[in-house]
Amino acid sequence: MVHYLDIIFRSIFLENLPLSFFLGMCTFLAISKQVKAAAGLGAAVLVIMVITVPINNLILNYLLKPGALGWAGQPDLDLTFLGLLTYIAIIAGVVQILEMVLDRFVPALYNTLGIFLPLLTVNCAIFGGSLFMVERDYTFGESVAYGIGAGGGFFLAVICLAGIRERLEYATPPAGLRGLGLTFITTGLIAMAFMGLAGMEL
Amino acid sequence: MAETKSELLLRSIFKRNPIGLLVLGICSALAVTGQMTTAFVMSICVTLVVAFSSLTISIVRFQIPGSVRIGIQITVIATLVILIDQILKAFYFELSKQLSIYVGLIITNCIVMGRAEGYAMSNPPIPSFIDGIGNGLGYGFILMSVAFVRELLGAGTLFGIQILPLTTDGGWYVRNGMLALPASAFFLIALLIWILRTIDPEQQEKN
Repeated sequence: MVHYLDIIFRSIFLENLPLSFFLGMCTFLAISKQVKAAAGLGAAVLVIMVITVPINNLILNYLLKPGALGWAGQPDLDLTFLGLLTYIAIIAGVVQILEMVLDRFVPALYNTLGIFLPLLTVNCAIFGGSLFMVERDYTFGESVAYGIGAGGGFFLAVICLAGIRERLEYATPPAGLRGLGLTFITTGLIAMAFMGLAGMEL
Repeated sequence: MAETKSELLLRSIFKRNPIGLLVLGICSALAVTGQMTTAFVMSICVTLVVAFSSLTISIVRFQIPGSVRIGIQITVIATLVILIDQILKAFYFELSKQLSIYVGLIITNCIVMGRAEGYAMSNPPIPSFIDGIGNGLGYGFILMSVAFVRELLGAGTLFGIQILPLTTDGGWYVRNGMLALPASAFFLIALLIWILRTIDPEQQEKN
């Protein structure tokens, strides 16, 4: 149990996807003007990561790994080179299904998350989560914990940035820095603050 | 075509830089800029993928049904990325370890999707190919500039070769640890955007 909590904690604070690996930056920067929209995006990322990381873990262990196809009479087959294509297809599929299910059964939630869902197929944070799971060789339980932690970390970071950007509306920066430039600097400062949690190494 | 081929190539590097103006493909731009070598390899990979995916998608653009186009684009891109990933693993294993998951992440790099969707779907193959190369180079331009500053001032090296002798080896240059940290990439890109937008005020955002 402690081991799983450790993975969740690490992936939220120490290995935060947007702030220390810079994944999901495009949506992170684009949809962080208001806290409300940011919360919707964060929730959508969290939900999809909790679903896709464990599914990709199962796919890897039972279909792609060398020897994983032993149950189908093909013990020598190594399909890991198909990994990238498979994971992205799974993510695209899950996003599509989730969209339809939400539309049918929970329209209120669909209206909140709706516009973000199609965007998330090409969100690097979600894809990156699956790739990190593969690289670190997580078991199924660990991959569930990692999905929760990584998604939660994104949620926290995007709300954090949106809160600050709402205040920055009142600032008067130099014209060239307005908008994107200032957002980058803000994100950099948040990222450095997050590093403090790990003990800054200079 | 109102634009000549060289204009098409050049406009993506400065005028309509994918990172500076269109805010695409930032994820990997920040992560691989610690060293010139990784930034250089990453730029080449992205340029190749964008160019060839734009070319392929543009060739088959009349056969793609509108409702499944995203899926088809992703498949084309993912196939190209798998090719590059396998080549790197086979011939430059050390490098592919350093780039870790970021090669795979080219699939979800918005530049590639953005150019496929925004340009290749509505233009003939040759201009699409050139547009792809231009965007790849524009991406590479930002990547290399950031990596240059970070590696030179952060570690005193360029492409792994010692340029500034470090105090730890008896030289005079004190390593700037701040620039070795990933967060510094944010500040450097912010500065680059500031410079690009000061030179060309058309790119500035409205308040």
